[in-house]
Amino acid sequence: MTWWQRLWHRTRMEEQLEKELRFHLDQHASELIAQGQAPNEARRQARLALGGPEQVKEKCRDARGTRWLEDLLQDTRYALRTFRQKPGFTAIALLLLALGIGATTVMFAVVNSVLLRPLSYPESDRLVTLRVFTEQIGELWGFSNLDFGDAKGQSLTLALAAWTYGGGTISEPGEPEYVNGRQISAELFSTLRISPVKGRAFRPDEDRPGAAPVAIISYGLWQRDFGGEPSAIGKSLVYDGKPYIVVGIAPAGFQLDGEADVFTPLELRQNTDPRMQNRRARFLRVMGRLQPGFGLAEGRAELALIARNLAKEYPESNTGLGMIAYPLQKELVGDIGSTLWLLLCAVGLVLLIACVNIASLLLARAASRERELAMRVALGAGRSRLARQCLSESAILGLGGGGLGVVLAFVSIHPFVAFWPGSLPRAEEVHLDWRVLVFAVGASLLSGLLFGLAPALRVPVRGVEQMLRASARSIAGSSRRLHSAFVISEIALAVVLLVSAGMLGQTLLALSSLDPGFNVHDVMAARFALSPATLGNPEQVREAWQDVLDRARRVPGVDSVTLADIIPMREGENSLPYWTTATPPPTNHEPVALASCVSPDYLKVMGIPLRQGRFFNEHDRIGSEPVVVIDDNLAQHAFGTKDAVGKRIWIPAMSPSPILIVGIVGHVRHWGLAADDQSRVRDQMYYPFAQVPSPLLHFFSSVMSIAARTTIPPLKVVEPLGQQLRGAAGDQVLYEIRTMEQLVNASLARQRFLLLLFGIFAGLALLLACIGIYGVLAYLTGQRVPEFGVRMALGASARDVMRLVLRQSLGMIFAGVGVGIFAALAAGRLLVHLVEGMRPTEPSTFAIMIPILVAAALFASFLPARRAGRIDPMRALRQE
Amino acid sequence: MPEKSDLPQGTLDLLILKVVALGPVHGYAIAQRLEQVSRGVVQVPQGSLYPALHRLENRGLLAADWEETESGREAKFYRLTRKGRTQLETEAASWQRLIEAIGLVLKMSEGGAK
Repeated sequence: MTWWQRLWHRTRMEEQLEKELRFHLDQHASELIAQGQAPNEARRQARLALGGPEQVKEKCRDARGTRWLEDLLQDTRYALRTFRQKPGFTAIALLLLALGIGATTVMFAVVNSVLLRPLSYPESDRLVTLRVFTEQIGELWGFSNLDFGDAKGQSLTLALAAWTYGGGTISEPGEPEYVNGRQISAELFSTLRISPVKGRAFRPDEDRPGAAPVAIISYGLWQRDFGGEPSAIGKSLVYDGKPYIVVGIAPAGFQLDGEADVFTPLELRQNTDPRMQNRRARFLRVMGRLQPGFGLAEGRAELALIARNLAKEYPESNTGLGMIAYPLQKELVGDIGSTLWLLLCAVGLVLLIACVNIASLLLARAASRERELAMRVALGAGRSRLARQCLSESAILGLGGGGLGVVLAFVSIHPFVAFWPGSLPRAEEVHLDWRVLVFAVGASLLSGLLFGLAPALRVPVRGVEQMLRASARSIAGSSRRLHSAFVISEIALAVVLLVSAGMLGQTLLALSSLDPGFNVHDVMAARFALSPATLGNPEQVREAWQDVLDRARRVPGVDSVTLADIIPMREGENSLPYWTTATPPPTNHEPVALASCVSPDYLKVMGIPLRQGRFFNEHDRIGSEPVVVIDDNLAQHAFGTKDAVGKRIWIPAMSPSPILIVGIVGHVRHWGLAADDQSRVRDQMYYPFAQVPSPLLHFFSSVMSIAARTTIPPLKVVEPLGQQLRGAAGDQVLYEIRTMEQLVNASLARQRFLLLLFGIFAGLALLLACIGIYGVLAYLTGQRVPEFGVRMALGASARDVMRLVLRQSLGMIFAGVGVGIFAALAAGRLLVHLVEGMRPTEPSTFAIMIPILVAAALFASFLPARRAGRIDPMRALRQE
Repeated sequence: MPEKSDLPQGTLDLLILKVVALGPVHGYAIAQRLEQVSRGVVQVPQGSLYPALHRLENRGLLAADWEETESGREAKFYRLTRKGRTQLETEAASWQRLIEAIGLVLKMSEGGAK
């Protein structure tokens, strides 16, 4: 028989065992009777010789080899029976666990999908992303087209591909619609090893100048504008005013730093885009795949060599410029990792508190079951057997709670990800997979073990007799100490979470009260694309933009309007090197400033203070003397004084000759309220859109935004503004519409999100700790009822007894707070390290948070204390 | 009454296998046979007999069938399997070697050790 057959036929085997032993006894007895013994005596002797049928049976069962499984089944049945008897306890324990494990599972699922699971490309661990760096400004994502071409041609260790941002209006087929686009090099798809779902990728010669215009469209656009028809391949698409032939459909969900709908070959626009031939125009994102047989270290060494050679060959642009490769996964995930681990830790703490809570509940129950356990020891149960039973009880509880937790996680994971501020990288990949399930089961079992261990270790071994004889009032000192330890650790954990939440709250308050440097109220900003039809000669373009401004100004509710290529706190930037002496600093060692290209009303719209001189006016136009306005940071850095009006500054990207500074304005926290202080580029300058050289106008026209100060709520002007600006062909649209208030808020979204979650966790921890204190005190007080009875009979007042109970709880609370403060200081360091703009732990945080905790804990202990004070001494004494 | 010695560790299995090798036999008879054959010198703990039988059955050295005894009652009769017979032979042989070796050591003359 195999072991499962033996298990299956358990009843029959039991019967046979019984029968076999009975036969033995009968046989022995009848033999003794034949020898002349009295029948009763004969049976007694037979039983003695065998040595107790029940013990023999037990040993036979052990010999069967399925013992552990039978025990497990028995323990399970026993545990379920106990749980049914205590539905209240079971429900609370399950709920606590389900919450703890559910939350932990959700966080782990996010960590797993975003950080741990490899990217969905084949052999994604061999994919890298490339960056350039200089000593002065650190790392930049951008390569110039020529540098990319050289690196691609020379590298033996890496197969390289590049892409850059783009976008335009699709005027055919369908309604005019502005979409994001990407210009990609022909080998991008093959480097990533993905193929289009329909059609083909670009051919190697299709990103060369003069090739026929072809495009790959996104899965979404295919569904939207072509109805998902296979016949879309070969159809024409008018994008950004030019006709393209659709040759392929990208796989659903394919992204290159955000979604895009149209992919066009990189160099098709070479003739119109002067950046292509400029080694200083670093606008390409470069990624690569390590060639077989080479590792990251070899790739990096080769890139360093290539960069050195380029610096020798093109010193005017490449001196001091390095190149480096990073694993693509790290790049895509960015700095979100620290936030995720932080949240996983916080959620783990909550789970830990829940476990401690259940442990103390279980322990209280175990203590009251001591007599039952002692009885079972007396009846022959082994210590390990009883410990195993305790553990299987808690394991079942753990798994039950874990199961509920997984259900909870399954339901809540997508809302949680959707709730994530900004965009969580790889959010579309977040789901529960087998690894998450293994984690959840592991966490459940571990929790079960954690809270089952204490009761299991308390299984009685010695002194069973005394225990059976003793009345319920005797309680071992070790149990009281263990209970106190539980309460202390719960409170310490709660202190950590409360102080962390307090720190985040204070940081957020401090950050929100920072001056952004502009007036955030009643301003809206949106990207805007001119109709491709107007993008003929430069004069037309300038007129078209002037017309846009004039029309916008006439919209009711609009106070003033401006154009700007970059908007504070929104994505997108343009950093340019500058210097202030006739001899330029060494290449790539120049200071760098954030440069905004704006129209004259910019200062008025944004409410940025003018410190000195003037801002731009309609006389600053193409042909007149080039002028810039700088912020007080740049004035201080470059000239060591705030008085820089009339001085000149070299900005090679704009003009070979020095440019006149006509005004100084206040600094704007462009990189976000929290992040600006830490950003590398803190100098700012402004130059007039009207002075942008004609060859660059086409490019600038594709990146300009409109911002308006309004006299009514800013979003109310969006509709009429859109109507006004549609243009003759009706193909000009506003997109990415934001108010400045939204942008400022979004710049603190990470801090706010963390605060919200930590707030929830801290609240939960506080609640759990209070339940824990209440439970433990109620139990301990219950055990001391006879003692209190004696005290009261001897003259103690109700107040004395209450004081006694409260003193006991205060002891635990303060011990917990003491431990917690040290842990919180350590956790605070971690937070400062991980969250930008985070302020170090302040005494005030403790001063606010700890009294809250102590008050809540005292409140929780008050109920048991009052009950103790109301004990009737006579009844208590009679209980004995 | 002669003094009874406990069985050396691990020999009960061997003795059971030997007894069963003589033909199908039930548990009580095994106990009896062991006691008789060892002339009452070896104390067979009846309490360990049945667990040992079940263990041997479990390991496939013994097989069991329910059959009627002479008195007409049903009893569980054990018999040796082929595997059990091999096991018996190896164990008996190694036991024999052990006894001989111990005998040699015990027969050593006092001076021979030098």
